[in-house]
Amino acid sequence: MAAKDTETKKQSGSTSSREDQEPEAQASARTRQKADEVREEADALVDQIDEILEENAETFVKSFIQKGGE
Amino acid sequence: MVRRIFGLESEYGFVFQNKSQKAYPPERALEFLFQGILMNSWSRDAFLPNGARIYQDTGSHPEYSTPECDRVRDVVVHDKAGERILSRAVDFAFDHLHEEGVDGSLFVLKNNTDSAGNSYGCHENYLIDRNVTFWRLSRTLIPFFVTRQIFAGAGGLVPDGEGKVMFALSPRALHIREKISCSTTSSRPIINTRDEPHADPQKYRRLHIIVGDSNMSELSNYLKVGATALVLQVIEEGGLHDRMSLEDPIRSIREISLDPTLTRKVRLEGGREMTALEIQWEYLDSVRSFLSREGPVSPASREILDLWERVLSELGRDPSRLSREMDWCIKFRTMGQYREAKGLEWSHPVLSMLDYQYHDVHVDRGLYNRLVRSGRVDRLVEEEEVLCAMEVPPQTTRAKLRGAHIRQAMKEHRSFTVDWTYMRLNDPPQETVHWSDPFRNWENGTTE
Repeated sequence: MAAKDTETKKQSGSTSSREDQEPEAQASARTRQKADEVREEADALVDQIDEILEENAETFVKSFIQKGGE
Repeated sequence: MVRRIFGLESEYGFVFQNKSQKAYPPERALEFLFQGILMNSWSRDAFLPNGARIYQDTGSHPEYSTPECDRVRDVVVHDKAGERILSRAVDFAFDHLHEEGVDGSLFVLKNNTDSAGNSYGCHENYLIDRNVTFWRLSRTLIPFFVTRQIFAGAGGLVPDGEGKVMFALSPRALHIREKISCSTTSSRPIINTRDEPHADPQKYRRLHIIVGDSNMSELSNYLKVGATALVLQVIEEGGLHDRMSLEDPIRSIREISLDPTLTRKVRLEGGREMTALEIQWEYLDSVRSFLSREGPVSPASREILDLWERVLSELGRDPSRLSREMDWCIKFRTMGQYREAKGLEWSHPVLSMLDYQYHDVHVDRGLYNRLVRSGRVDRLVEEEEVLCAMEVPPQTTRAKLRGAHIRQAMKEHRSFTVDWTYMRLNDPPQETVHWSDPFRNWENGTTE
């Protein structure tokens, strides 16, 4: 009886651990996927900015003087 | 929502970069820019068929005034139409410079500060009831304007005084020196006393507000004007009083601007301390409960109240939740991501450049416009509405009449003089039409 109980517990233990692992694995895959998406999105943004970013930023920034505003 | 006349005036930064060997005066490049708006004319000050005014302000920069609008959404559409008109003019000027053999770039920036510490403004105009005591109005409004930047600020990099830069919610806020005055350039106030109502002065005065930033985000712009309009309405109707007067509004406006965490508390008269967010919640709650007490809240007011509430809630949770909607949050996220990816210090010139390019009005090149096109930023209005507003005035105010008369006179090649309240045809048969009432969109002998 005791052995059976142990067996049952073991089984149920392993079943529940599999059940836990499944969502955990899924969750971690989802997190990885989300992280990849965020990284891809950030990379795309950086590429987009590089496309339009003016060369000689320093000269531009220093030379931009707009007098006379209200 | 009580019917009111609104208008925005935007002073634009103008940059001409001559990349060719031959010397070329920037004034000539600016001439081409104006020709791109006012075809076949050398004028630098004109009203357009959409009822707006474009002119060259002192300091050689373009300034665009929207036509009179009586709906907050219309102001946003017409302000954006001004950007589009200038974007088109940049292309026109670029082509003509190219024809003259000049290799140069032109930028028109809808921002408020340059690299030398100069500022130029976005001026909001609200037609208000003459009978409201201006002193009471101003005292009640000052804490609102000091704190409004938490959603209306354009965001930007500003010098920290130690040779580095820091991110501010409102670069314009750091140029405000007084609470109330008539000055617009030397010592800029929170409330400006310029009072040109362009309407019956017995009934109305003009509230001229120069404390705010120019907005690229339509949602920031909408909430800036919309929340202000509701606060004004409640003050006019006697429902708001100066319960939250600040001990030192000029100091407070700076402190709030320099704190993107929104946790800084400012001191009220009497010693109580509150964050900008808490002060804005007080205004929102007062306005909402007053309007609800007075009767059914109109859909236009409700839309603004709901947006105001949602934005304050999100700012309280995490401002990055508004990084698709409100200017300073969009900019903070975009510049932050770029800085991180490239491993740059905030003081790197590339980030200041990005700060400027966010405000570049060019539809293809401007960073804000690029973010919209790639789906990273939400809009309030449809592009078709903006394109239409480049040609067509608001149909519910006298701007409709101005626009129609200008269009007709241009079609007939008549010489004319036009201003906000009248138009005169200069050659025989001479004729002057007056539009003293900005709410009236019909003329004698015609119907609305």
